[in-house]
Amino acid sequence: MHAEFVQLSLTPILIGIFASVACALPGNFLILRRQALIGDAISHVVLPGIVVAFLLTGGVASMAMMLGAAGAAVLAVLLIEAVKRLGRIEPGAAMGVVFTSMFAGGVLLLEQSDTSSVHLDVQHALMGNLESLIWFKAKGWHSLADPAALAALPDELPRMALVCLVVVALTVIFWRPLKISTFDEGFARAIGLPVAAIGFGLVVTAAVAAVAAFDAVGSIIVIAMFICPPAAARLMTNRLEAQVLWSVGFAVLAAVLGYVFAGYGPLWFGGAEAVSAAGMIAAVSGLILGLACLFGPCRARVGQGRDPAEA
Amino acid sequence: MTPTMTTAARLAGLPAGLDLAAADGEALHPEAAAESPLSIRGLTVSYGEKPAVFSVDATFPDGALSAIIGPNGAGKSTLLKAALGIIPRLSGEVSVFGRPIDAARARIAYVPQRASVDWDFPTSVLDVVSMGLYRRLGLLRRMRSEERAHALACLERVGMTDFADRQIGQLSGGQQQRVFLARALAQGADLYLLDEPFAGVDAATERAIIEVLKSLRAEGRAVVCVHHDLSTVESYFDHVFLINVRRIAEGPVASTFTAGNLQATYGGRLAAGHIEQLRLGGGTA
Amino acid sequence: MSDLLAALTLQAGYNAALVAIGAALLGFAAGAAGTFLFLRKRALVSDAVAHATLPGVGLAFILMVALGGDGRSLLGLLAGSAVTAGVGLLLVEWIARRTRLAEDAAIGAVLSVFFGIGVVLLTVIQTMSSGRQAGLESFLLGSTAGMLYLDAVVIAVGGALSVLAVWVLRRPMTLVSFDPDYAAACGYDVRRIDLAMMALVMAVTVIGLKIVGLILIVAMLIVPPVTARFWTERAGRVIWIAAGLGAVSGYVGAAVSASAPALPTGPIIVLTATALFLLSLLFAPARGVLAAVLRHRRFQRRVHRRQGLLALARGELIHDPLTLSVLRRAGLIRADGVATEAGRAQAAKAARDEHRWEIARLVNQDTALTGRYDGLTPIERVFTADQIAEFDRHLGPPRPVAGDAAGA
Repeated sequence: MHAEFVQLSLTPILIGIFASVACALPGNFLILRRQALIGDAISHVVLPGIVVAFLLTGGVASMAMMLGAAGAAVLAVLLIEAVKRLGRIEPGAAMGVVFTSMFAGGVLLLEQSDTSSVHLDVQHALMGNLESLIWFKAKGWHSLADPAALAALPDELPRMALVCLVVVALTVIFWRPLKISTFDEGFARAIGLPVAAIGFGLVVTAAVAAVAAFDAVGSIIVIAMFICPPAAARLMTNRLEAQVLWSVGFAVLAAVLGYVFAGYGPLWFGGAEAVSAAGMIAAVSGLILGLACLFGPCRARVGQGRDPAEA
Repeated sequence: MTPTMTTAARLAGLPAGLDLAAADGEALHPEAAAESPLSIRGLTVSYGEKPAVFSVDATFPDGALSAIIGPNGAGKSTLLKAALGIIPRLSGEVSVFGRPIDAARARIAYVPQRASVDWDFPTSVLDVVSMGLYRRLGLLRRMRSEERAHALACLERVGMTDFADRQIGQLSGGQQQRVFLARALAQGADLYLLDEPFAGVDAATERAIIEVLKSLRAEGRAVVCVHHDLSTVESYFDHVFLINVRRIAEGPVASTFTAGNLQATYGGRLAAGHIEQLRLGGGTA
Repeated sequence: MSDLLAALTLQAGYNAALVAIGAALLGFAAGAAGTFLFLRKRALVSDAVAHATLPGVGLAFILMVALGGDGRSLLGLLAGSAVTAGVGLLLVEWIARRTRLAEDAAIGAVLSVFFGIGVVLLTVIQTMSSGRQAGLESFLLGSTAGMLYLDAVVIAVGGALSVLAVWVLRRPMTLVSFDPDYAAACGYDVRRIDLAMMALVMAVTVIGLKIVGLILIVAMLIVPPVTARFWTERAGRVIWIAAGLGAVSGYVGAAVSASAPALPTGPIIVLTATALFLLSLLFAPARGVLAAVLRHRRFQRRVHRRQGLLALARGELIHDPLTLSVLRRAGLIRADGVATEAGRAQAAKAARDEHRWEIARLVNQDTALTGRYDGLTPIERVFTADQIAEFDRHLGPPRPVAGDAAGA
């Protein structure tokens, strides 16, 4: 039982947790900045990014794919900004134009090129394949101390852990500038903070988290984790510090419960095969958000924009 | 003053002696500009194809309360924001205590309009005030007890100590304005720039704010407010800057805040109403 | 090439022709319905609606199989997708209204969670004996290859009905999308029209699933309205231009895709729309980027020229490099910064106009006129020649400007 858990479930759960936390952290700030859907846009343009990387390098090396995806994400962010400013178009519509166009380009390129031989397809990018990230060589918990077994860990685990660590570090280091410029941009500029650079840095960080996560868990989890845990956390507290901690907790909870439900849920209902873990993690995060919407202690609006009908 | 000008002034029903030359910006004394807490030269800002502020020169005095006044849409807030680099300018130079503004940011405190932020933001009153300590704390250093005490003292000065742990969304408009002022105080600056600090606040808050601003003046700091209430200009401020896209006039309240200059700033009938109001206000004060 | 021509002229087979007509009709309705969303700044609500169709497709399949069918009836699947799309839409509105979360967060949450549930259902279906060949994945990206005749008819009829709905709703739709308060004052029930429009958005989404797929259908609702906005300032026209652009994109996309293999319909439709968008973004006469850049440069130079002339007139040093270069290029100062004959004359004129404005503002009680005292509007455009002559009588004779005032 233990051996099986370590072999089959430990690594996917850990990867799910790291991916969820890495996305949830920047998600807190994106939501407060009314940029929640940047996560949506980024995760859609990952596909054209990896297709272009594949066409350029002719291989499926992870590093090239990651760079391609990150490049596409940054390009998308710049294009959205350009369309917004140049065309004087509201942010939502600008995002919609850019990410759908890039996604369409990605799909077309994919169809046109001969990628059938390699493991690169749209469904994989959308849904990920968390279940496949198993630790073959593990024999049980003691394998954690076995260098030979550790060397055979799936690549995604150390990569996702590293990205998660970097995101946590960036969030801690730039906490004050992020908080000040998110709350009061004018004041932030007046005290000399590089507001535009902070905003761009946040989006790039989100893009890096999304790119690292999509390979393992697919882009649905990425969008769900950018939005659901921070949104639920916002309804639990009125302190940003506490909100971020809640969001991390919700992200971990969704990752663990989602994986468990996907793997064992069908057995409880008499089914034989597991369902998509990525989809289930997104569904659980939605359930958490739903409960927070109904029962969260700070769910109602208090500041400006209060709904007079509710006052 | 030529006879024809006197005719013009009489035509408009104004007191003779209005100095037209004031409007075309006589050259500033370079040394006065060098020492000024805020000196602006040739500032132009435009939204689209229409200048919001055109070629404005301004020099605000040290150790004084100054008001920027003008009608709605005259570019009062725009002038302040463009001077601070919050919105881009088409042309112009800004110096603070004789140095380029970016080298002097530590000496400036800024109070934005209350409506410019989302008060639903998850943060407490004390938290907002301690944002004023950012330049001192930097990225990572934790707040020491004396810095916390300083932030609390700033709250005390605006009478908000009891609200330190309140979520900012639960405050009234006047209280929000006091929190913003406390944050500016926490910056410990030499120049305070306030954008409509009295807009939409209750009478008690207005008194509290002006007391704080007067105490800053007593400490020798410079204060510049965008201000819209003409009836309080004379009792609150030492120096006025009149603007309506262009610089209209600037100088001590006693010599500059005149019916003629107001007429030039607000134009025609509108000004007549304001001036009438002013006379009534002055009569009862 | 001849394949493409054949497809464009509807000669590439009966099904392909039906699909092309259906796509054109669908594009027309999507452009019109999308304009409504765009003008109300809710463009991405359609993204939530589109992603929320996936669980509906899955549930409908499971239900139809449970009832003994083979589960692949397009009409049944589309009905199912409409149900969950509607639920998703209601949830977006409920979250945005009932909690402190903004609409963008609500959209993102609904979109990802519904999509996640949909993916879970797809994996459930894969484990069903009848599910292995269901091909429901084609709803993600759309697929017109090997489409059944009946499916093509469903799409063509659905597209026609959507266009009919746009026609019936055209007047209230224009009014409400541009000015809801005025529409309410005219006696329209804004809430009901809103609902009708959202129903139309849902219908377009659902009908488009098979052709374009749920990820890209959003583009048909967003790109044409945004493109149309570049060409007009009037809401009524935006709707019809967007509808036209949508129809062209749909038709060309479907036809091109039918002309050769490996040209998926959805992406081609979207990229056609994108190409139209890019052309408009760059070259539209009033709102296009090129026009705006030129206008801004002209405006900036006007400002600097005027400021420079006033500085010359006052005998001040000019430091601003752009001001110097503008004056130099206009031949108003020499390379060493000294004003030329023309420069002195124009500076004198600028200074005199300033003085005229002073008089004008004193004499004229009309704030609307003097409100144009913005430094750039020529006084001749605001006052008549005899009015200006009157100002001049107050001013006395013109004063010349000294030559060597400008320093580099």
